[in-house]
Amino acid sequence: MDKLIWREPIATTRITGRQPVGEEPQAQAKAKAPRRVITLGDIAGRESGGLVVLLVAVGALTLASDEFLTGNNLSNLARQVAIFGIIAVGQLLVILTAGIDLSVGSVLGLSGASTAQFLVAGVPIWPALLLGVGIGTALGIANGLLVTQAKLPPFIATLGMLGIARGIVLVTTDAQTVQGLPESFQTIANGTILGIPNLLIIAALVTVVMWFVLTRTVFGRYIYAVGSNPESARLAGVPVRLVMISVYAISGLLAGLGGVLLTSRLGAGIPTAGTGFELNAIAACVIGGASLFGAKGSALGAATGALIMGVLNNGGNLLAINAFYLQIAIGVLILVAVGFDQLNTRRSAASG
Amino acid sequence: MARNAGRDEGGTTREPVVELRDVSKAFGPVQALTDVSLRLVPGQVHCLAGENGAGKSTLIRVLTGALRRDSGAYEIDGEPVTAPTPASVRAAGVQAVYQELSLLPHLSVAENLFMGRLPARSGIITRSRLRGRTREALDEVGLTDLSPDAIVERLPAATRQLVEIAKVLTADSVKAIVFDEPTTALTEAESARLLEHILRLRERGIAMLYVTHRLEEMFEIGDRVTVLRDGGLSESGPISDYDEDRLITAMVGREISSLYPESHRHAGTPVLRVRGLRRSENSPSIDFDVGAGEILGIGGLLGSGRSELLLSIFGADPIAAGELEIEGRPVKPRGPRAMMNAGVGLLTEDRKVLGLLPELSIRENVTIASLRSGSRRGLLPGREQSEEADRLLDSLRLRAGSYDQPVSTLSGGNQQKVLLARWLLTKPKILIFDEPTKGIDVGAKGELYAVIGDLAAKGLGIIVVSSYLPELLGLSDRILVLRDGEVAGELPGTASEEDVLRLASGGRGAEIPAPRQESPPSPNRTGAGLPPASRGAEPETPPARGAGGPSASGGKETGTPPAPGPAEVETPPPRGAGGTSSPGPAETETPPAPDGPGEVNRDG
Repeated sequence: MDKLIWREPIATTRITGRQPVGEEPQAQAKAKAPRRVITLGDIAGRESGGLVVLLVAVGALTLASDEFLTGNNLSNLARQVAIFGIIAVGQLLVILTAGIDLSVGSVLGLSGASTAQFLVAGVPIWPALLLGVGIGTALGIANGLLVTQAKLPPFIATLGMLGIARGIVLVTTDAQTVQGLPESFQTIANGTILGIPNLLIIAALVTVVMWFVLTRTVFGRYIYAVGSNPESARLAGVPVRLVMISVYAISGLLAGLGGVLLTSRLGAGIPTAGTGFELNAIAACVIGGASLFGAKGSALGAATGALIMGVLNNGGNLLAINAFYLQIAIGVLILVAVGFDQLNTRRSAASG
Repeated sequence: MARNAGRDEGGTTREPVVELRDVSKAFGPVQALTDVSLRLVPGQVHCLAGENGAGKSTLIRVLTGALRRDSGAYEIDGEPVTAPTPASVRAAGVQAVYQELSLLPHLSVAENLFMGRLPARSGIITRSRLRGRTREALDEVGLTDLSPDAIVERLPAATRQLVEIAKVLTADSVKAIVFDEPTTALTEAESARLLEHILRLRERGIAMLYVTHRLEEMFEIGDRVTVLRDGGLSESGPISDYDEDRLITAMVGREISSLYPESHRHAGTPVLRVRGLRRSENSPSIDFDVGAGEILGIGGLLGSGRSELLLSIFGADPIAAGELEIEGRPVKPRGPRAMMNAGVGLLTEDRKVLGLLPELSIRENVTIASLRSGSRRGLLPGREQSEEADRLLDSLRLRAGSYDQPVSTLSGGNQQKVLLARWLLTKPKILIFDEPTKGIDVGAKGELYAVIGDLAAKGLGIIVVSSYLPELLGLSDRILVLRDGEVAGELPGTASEEDVLRLASGGRGAEIPAPRQESPPSPNRTGAGLPPASRGAEPETPPARGAGGPSASGGKETGTPPAPGPAEVETPPPRGAGGTSSPGPAETETPPAPDGPGEVNRDG
């Protein structure tokens, strides 16, 4: 840091127009630019910590287990992680606005089971699929309205939705598994294209689209602005309510998509599917660098977080580690991830 | 040796109660303090001056134990303090009253005063003792009417500041008190009252360190002044050696010829016309115009509805009735976004709560309001817009390492420049400033004034709300004074501070002191509740109705030429002292009855 720039006594000047008054400051800025050391953090942003953990975990598992790096295991891993990843990315949008969506697990269950019921009732695949995703979206919009219009705290609004959605599935399915789905529906999630599992492709697509939305679109920037300070954002002309509703709607949509895909993968509509997914999705976001206070986090980070949890689970299975220990490990990982982040924030605040 | 130094510098034989010698502090590569010395002597008010970023806050935080110094000596009562913590420093008798209030808003006054040491018997709070001790403490600072059970949230800012002081005084040992810009949130009259209290504390032999951006306060109560510049000691000496110019020179290291821009502007055609604006069904209606190239000042006491009026015009608060015209076209203030598109920009009073997006970068903060207009098919606008933002920031002389750093790392003045750049980027026709220089140092103030003047010269309509009368008078071409949510009158830019105060307080004498505690129950931000609330306070201020009545009816008529304005300035104000130094006399003066309605002068 340059002391001169930090506090240079400056003459009282007038604003003379939009045209370059400031060639000199610009030149300064240019001169300064090359001096910066490029770190992993610059390239990957806040999820760099997650990437390191992921690489270490993958490296360690490659060494520890012969099976880890086999195509079979990897495609298995991809299938396990994909649905988590999709939900985590949806959850991330909500978290970026400083909200939280506890209903994704239940919405996933409801969408999945409803799709299965539609299919069994003879609805063609595509309409059934769209209906499933639509149910998720509708519940998401309901969440958004509860938060923006009824002014409920997001935690409460989505906690209510968690109970409602789960209750509806159990009622409509009578808590019975819905079976007898068409074969072609099951290939959606279980098929591959050029050896790559469809699920992985869909999850990657979702992540990339959300990454694009968050970094390259006005809507994306508005999400960060709302998460940073909703009142300030409103006074800067950001349509805060619309952004909030959209965010919950997208989270619901992706939960619905996850539900349809899970049903397709399992070949049956299971009413209790998705129980506890919301916490995993939140954990994935946090491990991937998102802040529950909003405005911090990225789509790639959320996907990385989901991948880390998947790899740990997968590795635990391969190495025959007691699954309960894995839960402890993931818990520790969350604390470490957030702890490091706090430390960094404090350090940069102290030096800034 | 400390004793000798005390005699030499302090000009007094008293021992310093707090002494810092050659204290340095660095944050990473940035040297925030370099070899700064400071001594606080009992019964003295020591002022600390300096621009933002000069190291005042760092020094205070070292003094109160919030920061560990890197080198140098720190003594309290001659005892070296090695590893200070806020608690240990407080226990040693060094207390602090902060600019950002440290009270817990949802708790009662009594609970706040004794938080952490509530009188209790086996864990159960003894209410009577708590109340009794609170009563004593409140009486000590003159809040004799305030109930110990009042909830802090509902108190006006000035009262809260006094409660804060009462809290500090309840400490077991009070040897020195640090005041960090205590008058920032207060109006002139309220500040004067606070300063009185500080003088009383001085008589009790307490050493005080007083930090403020208002220079005249320093001259009013200061005994000595220490000026910091760029983290180092610039000058230190008895305040009697200084005048305002010399103090400013010491602070900024250069001469500032005149803070305020010259005002020989000509108001063009009205860019903004407000007619019959009512915030709620029962609130008074407000009419005014702002011409192109004109700076309209809006004055009034805290709680007179200034900020609320601005928020309504900007569409951020709902209105019940009224018409707005921008450049002759009617506009509905449906929301900030609609008004933004119509060409209005609002720089809010509270930058942190209602302006900045702290997690976002400087550049992102500037462009956020213009993303929509610059975007194609929802994508972020390209390089063009961010380069324009950079150019604006350059021309405003923003001091930052990089425009990609989070905006929260900037000082107050630079944050204000970021917000100004945000609105300039939207190419507004009307810019509204609510307390534009609150918490901003002298150098940046001068720059902001110059920018505001230049914007007006370029034909923008400017509205400025300020509690700081010299600023209001220095900037404005015309001043609208609000009282209890309605226009009390209009003054030309050449009016005096007394004129504004008289209009603002309704020209009634004893009105200011008493209701200061109750009359503005929702100081600023509580928005919607304001006009009815001040209505509720009216019974205790009956003259307000008398003076307010005619002006309200006057509000419906239009077309009074601004002729009476100057004439009224001519009237020699009977008050001896200026508003800044002591609104005291103004408070006790008998109201110049004919003035009230006579002053009402409305723009057609």
